[in-house]
Amino acid sequence: MDTITAPPEEKTAPKEKAAKANAGRNRSEAKRRTKAPRSKKIKASAEELLTYYRRMLLIRRFEEKAGQLYGMGLIAGFCHLYIGEEAVVVGMQAAITPADTMITAYRDHGHALASGLDPRRIMAELMGRASGYSRGKGGSMHLFSAKDNFYGGHGIVGATVPLGTGLAFAHRYRGTDNVSLTYYGDGAANQGQVYEAFNMAALWKLPVVYIIENNQYGMGTSVDRATANSDFYLRGEPFGIPGRRVDGMDVLAVKAAGDIAVTHCRAGKGPYILQMETYRYRGHSMSDPARYRTRDEINKVRAEHDAIDSLGKLIIDGGYAEEARLRDIDRGVKKIVTEAVEYATNDPEPDASELYTDVLVEA
Amino acid sequence: MPIEVLMPALSPTMTEGVLAKWLKREGDEVRAGDVIAEVETDKATMEIEAVDDGVLGRIIVPEGADAVPVNQPIAVLLAEGEDRAALETFQPSRPEAPAVAPVAPAAAEVAGAVAAAVMPEPAAAEAAPPVKGRTDENTVTLTVREALRDAMAEEMRRDDSVLLIGEEVAEYQGAYKVSQGLLEEFGARRVIDTPITEQGFTGLGVGAAFSGLRPIVEFMTFNFAMQAMDQMVNSAAKTRYMSGGQMQCPIVFRGPNGAASRVGAQHSQCFASWFAHVPGFKVIAPYAADDAKGLLKSAIRDPNPVVFLENEMLYGRKFEVPDDPDFLVPIGQARVLRQGTDVTITAFSLMVEHALGAAETLAAEGIDAEVIDLRTLRPLDITTIIASVRKTHRLVAVEEGWPYAGIASEIAATVMEYAFDQLDAPLARVTSADVPIPYAANLEALALPRSDDIVTAVKEVCYRA
Repeated sequence: MDTITAPPEEKTAPKEKAAKANAGRNRSEAKRRTKAPRSKKIKASAEELLTYYRRMLLIRRFEEKAGQLYGMGLIAGFCHLYIGEEAVVVGMQAAITPADTMITAYRDHGHALASGLDPRRIMAELMGRASGYSRGKGGSMHLFSAKDNFYGGHGIVGATVPLGTGLAFAHRYRGTDNVSLTYYGDGAANQGQVYEAFNMAALWKLPVVYIIENNQYGMGTSVDRATANSDFYLRGEPFGIPGRRVDGMDVLAVKAAGDIAVTHCRAGKGPYILQMETYRYRGHSMSDPARYRTRDEINKVRAEHDAIDSLGKLIIDGGYAEEARLRDIDRGVKKIVTEAVEYATNDPEPDASELYTDVLVEA
Repeated sequence: MPIEVLMPALSPTMTEGVLAKWLKREGDEVRAGDVIAEVETDKATMEIEAVDDGVLGRIIVPEGADAVPVNQPIAVLLAEGEDRAALETFQPSRPEAPAVAPVAPAAAEVAGAVAAAVMPEPAAAEAAPPVKGRTDENTVTLTVREALRDAMAEEMRRDDSVLLIGEEVAEYQGAYKVSQGLLEEFGARRVIDTPITEQGFTGLGVGAAFSGLRPIVEFMTFNFAMQAMDQMVNSAAKTRYMSGGQMQCPIVFRGPNGAASRVGAQHSQCFASWFAHVPGFKVIAPYAADDAKGLLKSAIRDPNPVVFLENEMLYGRKFEVPDDPDFLVPIGQARVLRQGTDVTITAFSLMVEHALGAAETLAAEGIDAEVIDLRTLRPLDITTIIASVRKTHRLVAVEEGWPYAGIASEIAATVMEYAFDQLDAPLARVTSADVPIPYAANLEALALPRSDDIVTAVKEVCYRA
């Protein structure tokens, strides 16, 4: 089985490139794309490509269903969908082993699915049911599965960065070569604690990959309106942390960049930053009408850069599989999602006695 | 006129020190800025510099002298042109206690829930009497500082997953010398100096605890833990619940809490009620060294996040501590330090010392006070408090923190709920004044609760005022 070659995206950081990027403050979406070229040579096996396709599609269909259920009042509270961003987490999961850990913020359904959690119990959690991963006490934003090394599911913007750095600290302390994948968004990238964590991770050479999911909007504020310099991958440079900008709509580019970053960490060279250029098709949460951008902008990304469509086309055009195979995958995925909804709908709410359990470990 | 060199105060809480070494001899010429002697405080060895040019005329306090009070003349400098004859007639001044202005009675109105004019107690700096009740055991005399260090060292020997992380904990040996010797024994893998980055290293510690390590996160003082509040409350305390019991966070947050001495509002705050408010935390605030050791060991072994509030003023106090590495004090149990029949006084941390002092004063006036050291603030040992109130029917709740929504308020509510009919007088609270802690000596003394406040409050609830 072959691996794909590294994509030719930018590495840290010729100064003139940074300056140039900074100069164009109102960069169009198209310009952003050109800065993160796609992978050229495909060396993944057909089986791998189909696996990525299926995993991304599962997230897409699951999230679409979650959106529907929210509209029906079956999912409540805050519900942040990952539609459009699927290639990031699927590509990164393909670059690690089950012993590595992952932590993310509240847009976590896709991360939970990609970590191998059972869609039925994820859906049950979203609906506040007893069989949910957090027994219905966490909700959409607080999925966890300690046994799958999925450490959540956290609601405070930026807080995952020191926490993930702590997971990396634990890997190092125990003498393993495991890696901590620490996700945060472009919005969180401006939090001060991110740089506190960078400093310690670089100082102590901790095995952490910082993955910035730049979906272009921190809630309703575009990156350009919130960030003096949106080259987040360069922000480790003062600490000596290498970084890359990656086309986060291309699962193969993500996987290739993930391989590089994870190898760097496993070799004891310290942290690595990956800036994933991606796009969320839906609002920040279900209650966000997303009036801060045009329908055209969304349609354009969907039409030209959709991660799932692009991979499907590559599979067909490259002769890796017939279209019928992709339709089979879609049918299989829909079945999984339907079963998850059925399971969750029929699952009872947590018993009232659950109110007071799990606050502390009882002696 | 010869110039006196006085024993300097080298930290906010220093009242005396050891004159470790003279670096100049009588007759030596010194220039301003020359190091003339070394002084050991309970925290560090410090150098004393000459502040004037001259000749070291006479050394008054010899090398090796212990417990030299601050402001004691330790030597005499002869100014330029003076000869030794000037010493014949020179009388060194007497050492003065650090000056604290008397309190104006009018200002007493601002002094918290129980208003009372307070004079600082001259004896406050002296060691409290060793705690009784340990005489039947094999004990050693330890300072609170040593007891805390021993607790950490013993638990680190016992369990490789225990580590200490914080500012100045390793090479500096602890900002307050609590972690003295730990780096030497356990190495830099387990005793870790951090940058000054509370939110960052607290989050890092919590993440490490998620994966099953048992970090002890030291805050140089809890004042700085405010920078880390989000990681403590939102990440450490809530994650177990939010994950339906899957996630663990066996972590201890420890360091000095509360006012030290004359360090101003941002460095003088008791956070007991802040942390005790949060489900998901256990909160401990010991007074005596045996409890400090036994409870810290229990905290480190506890599978939950524990906030462990120490007190800088108590670090140097000596107590009898069982000489037993398996000595543990259970979390969640108060300790009756003095039996009494007329009134119950609850207190924790440094306030226990004031409560015991007040009880002695009251005893002389025929009031027999029971003093309860709460030790753990969450979960609160309601049983012991209520049992005492059933006996005495009167209660004074003491805390160093602010009155509003404090621990004393919580105790008041609890007693209302469980022993309303038992009270012969309304409960009284003794707390700090409801103001940021001021710097001026007189105002600071007014702001913080002292023994006299407790005495006054007890007399009020006993209708003996």
